Amino acid sequence: MAYSEKVIEHYENPKNVGALDKEDPTVGTGLVGAPACGDVMRLQIRVNDSGVIEDAKFKTFGCGSAIASSSLATEWIKGKHIDEAGRIQNSQIAEELNLPPVKIHCSVLAEDAIKSAIEDFRQKRAAQRALAADAPATAAK
Amino acid sequence: MALKLPIYMDNHATTRVDPRVVEAMLPFFDETFGNAASRTHAFGWHAEAAVEAARDTIAGLINAESSKEIVFTSGATESDNLAIKGVAEYYQPKGNHIVTTVIEHKAVLDSCKRLEKQGFEVTYLPVGKDGRVDPDDIRRALTDKTILVSVMLANNEVGTIQPIAEIGKVTRERGVLLHCDAVQGIGKTDFDVRAMNVDLASLTAHKIYGPKGVGALYVRRAKPRVRLVAQMDGGGHERGNRSGTLNVPGIAGFAKACEILKQEGKAENERVRRLRDRLHRGIASALDEVVLNGHAEHRLPGNLNLSFSFVEGEGLMMAIKDVAVSSGSACTSASLEPSYVLRAMGLDEELAHSSIRFGLGRFNTEEEVDFVIDLVVGKVKKLRDMSPLYEMFKDGIDLKSIQWVPH
Repeated sequence: MAYSEKVIEHYENPKNVGALDKEDPTVGTGLVGAPACGDVMRLQIRVNDSGVIEDAKFKTFGCGSAIASSSLATEWIKGKHIDEAGRIQNSQIAEELNLPPVKIHCSVLAEDAIKSAIEDFRQKRAAQRALAADAPATAAK
Repeated sequence: MALKLPIYMDNHATTRVDPRVVEAMLPFFDETFGNAASRTHAFGWHAEAAVEAARDTIAGLINAESSKEIVFTSGATESDNLAIKGVAEYYQPKGNHIVTTVIEHKAVLDSCKRLEKQGFEVTYLPVGKDGRVDPDDIRRALTDKTILVSVMLANNEVGTIQPIAEIGKVTRERGVLLHCDAVQGIGKTDFDVRAMNVDLASLTAHKIYGPKGVGALYVRRAKPRVRLVAQMDGGGHERGNRSGTLNVPGIAGFAKACEILKQEGKAENERVRRLRDRLHRGIASALDEVVLNGHAEHRLPGNLNLSFSFVEGEGLMMAIKDVAVSSGSACTSASLEPSYVLRAMGLDEELAHSSIRFGLGRFNTEEEVDFVIDLVVGKVKKLRDMSPLYEMFKDGIDLKSIQWVPH
């Protein structure tokens, strides 16, 4: 199968490969896919106080299209507010990379990874706020 | 000398035609272009003489008793179809049971599946972790309704060589016919239809540096005499077993390829085995978590099937595009199922997705092998740096303990 030039470009020069500290309260981590299915994507975001994604990193086990989809996803979400990043559709990724029908699932995985990272961040933030709400009572003792 | 890229290491898929084979074929396109079935003129006689000489050579390579036992076909898929369906149809009054293995080529498996729809019963025997079938399993699977056992000589993915001689003992003892798809193993491992009690054998030219589109089916004529029902109707060529004008240039090339194998095969296999071992050592000494698929010893000299844990096969092939190989990864097909052969050997799906098949052959050089070692090692390291699974493995996380969400 021939790959599109955009897939090859992202595959050969992937953007934002790496890891963020997943214990950091400003970091959200999404891990989607399964080794048995041949693709696993881990996408991480660092979000500032106003909800803007300041940094994004990924690591992916998968074919060229899966790696390209992850690379593109991290590029797209950087600088976006999490609400906006959460609205990215797999079809946009598939279109940008000219993915053939058998590779559409790679773009679905990338969309899932973004959503999952945002969800992780939101849960962390909610837990922190709950903790912060309890904090003054403790301090008053 | 500069290396010519890409390097071809997919010799189980097909092989480059040897220049000596091309040369042997050329006269049959123009000077001696006759139809081997034309009995009335010299054009036909010359063609027929070439075909008969080729039959002798091919019969000789597998130690057939007579050249009359060679039926020319369009290739191994046709040979497999003719052997299985042809035997099934002829021997149906005697029984309706066929025994084969789960790792056969699709030409065998799908022929069997079609027969099942027509009321035949087929037993698909499992193989061990090393890809070998146990002859005792064959013995146990035979019933008084069994008419045919079909087992390949060597597997196309993992190169595992099957114990055909032992299986032949079992089938001969029980009076059941044995068909062997010998395509991958011919000339690369011992194959002797008389010593091994093989009754039908599928052969093809393009895996042995001959042309595509020509193959043969060996059909035993004595002790026992094997009968077939032809699957193609027409002029009654090949003693009524396979109608259709013979591919004379192809047949001449096929014979030349067999002749070269007979003369040079032994030395060539040793050379290819050394190259293969060099490739294996070079890769395995530089990388951790590399798994050899298939049998360590009972394997084709040119075959190296490796799983690179935590790296997906198709992704790896894209990274090493300067070398032509193939992968058991699902991503290479539309089915999303990884290799049925590797799965049948009990390999984890994850490792099946991570497999690469290197098929070395006559035209590979040591220089190419060294280039491929560096290429593969470098790219696997790069992809592992990008792999969340490798990071987790290095952090001591058991990947099996994670609740994955298949999509």
